[in-house]
Amino acid sequence: MTANKENEFLKAKKIENGTVIDHIPKGSALKVLSILKIGDDFPGTVTVLMNVPSSHYGEKDIIKIEGKKLAKKEVAQIALIAPTASVNTIQHFSVVDKYVVQTPKKLEGVMPCPNPNCITRREGESHLDVEQTNPFRVRCAYCEKVYGEDDLKAALE
Amino acid sequence: MNLISMRETSKAFIEDILKTAKKHEKTAREKKVLSTLDDKTLGILFFEPSTRTRLSFQAAMRRLGGESIGFNDAHFSSSAKGETLSDTIRVVEGYVDAIVLRHSVEGAAARAAEVTTLPVINAGDGANQHPTQALLDLYTIQKEKGKLEGLTVVLAGDLKYGRTVHSLMYALSHFGCTIQLHCPPSLKMPESIVEEVRQKTTVEEVTDFTQADVVYATRVQRERFADPEEYQKSLYVIDADVMATLKKDAMLMHPLPRVQEITPDVDLDPRAKYFEQTFYGVPVRMAILETLMEGKNP
Ligand SMILES: [Zn+2]
Repeated sequence: MTANKENEFLKAKKIENGTVIDHIPKGSALKVLSILKIGDDFPGTVTVLMNVPSSHYGEKDIIKIEGKKLAKKEVAQIALIAPTASVNTIQHFSVVDKYVVQTPKKLEGVMPCPNPNCITRREGESHLDVEQTNPFRVRCAYCEKVYGEDDLKAALE
Repeated sequence: MNLISMRETSKAFIEDILKTAKKHEKTAREKKVLSTLDDKTLGILFFEPSTRTRLSFQAAMRRLGGESIGFNDAHFSSSAKGETLSDTIRVVEGYVDAIVLRHSVEGAAARAAEVTTLPVINAGDGANQHPTQALLDLYTIQKEKGKLEGLTVVLAGDLKYGRTVHSLMYALSHFGCTIQLHCPPSLKMPESIVEEVRQKTTVEEVTDFTQADVVYATRVQRERFADPEEYQKSLYVIDADVMATLKKDAMLMHPLPRVQEITPDVDLDPRAKYFEQTFYGVPVRMAILETLMEGKNP
């Protein structure tokens, strides 16, 4: 094996165009991938770093995705699973945009209403209003049911 | 323009409806016909069959001089062929001036209100809300007790799935009523409703009716229980013995149909007001139709 090849094995590859999701709480990287529906059929290179030492959070997870820019809806979904995550948009090997994920006041079409008997499970887009962030609480604008963080996480997975 | 949920209905609107209903009571009792809505047609779309509520709306529309059209079962409607609610509403919109909707799915009325500019009245959406029932309940209480303020009201039976009691909880919260909850452990009022209403008034759990000015009984449905034994244990009966524990000037209500919750001998007790209650549905729904079809906002 040449030195060069070995280097490629050891180092996580830099991405040219895509997204780096940093500061994911330790243990949540795979959940984030599942929200993004990234599996073996995804065309780009995906690097998952788990249990990375971090100055702020003890240990964190990082995901690098070649060839993907996150949609607003995906960012809102990640905010629920990984509220500390920061998103870096990469173009030509450099960061062109960086922000911490944020839960919007309204979750429109972000995830289905957890109520199986809600009209939005049959037609139209879901619409959950965030009534409270700590503890996290949403109310469906249609069926008026109230849900906490765990209900929404369960609905996402 | 719409009446979807008691959660978001203001006290001013409620009081306005109660006042207008009073004005219509004589017409309803004497079965007269006004000309208020004589150029209007009401669409009564019942995706879930019902007798009482539908007849009450038809009677109310007739007393205001208007016509009503509609259907009373999802099996006969186009939804059985897979049409979305939104499409049904858009089609019916071309035929009528306002829509009354009953549906087994929660949030159906809110969805309907979004796709049409016509007034939409929720006549029951799944286990969520039944605001017109709550308004007629308030009217009945006010009529029989002379006031709403400061009364102690016991809500009994299925408080979990009973849309009627959900709406009534919110409605009563405007009037400083003490709300007492009387139910089997598996059919408790949703915590989110209790929490919200508690910010405005007292809500407590009770096991008897002794403090009640109003007892509001509802049906416990067999289909809510997986275990038939659990269902049997959850049944409660208001008979002459229970009535003897009530205050002399208390009143007993029920949205009907009743099954075994109230024994027939109780009907003769002057405190039993459930048949008056159904009658009041007509003047109250007249008030709702007149108010919404003339374009006032709740
Ligand atoms: Zn919902």
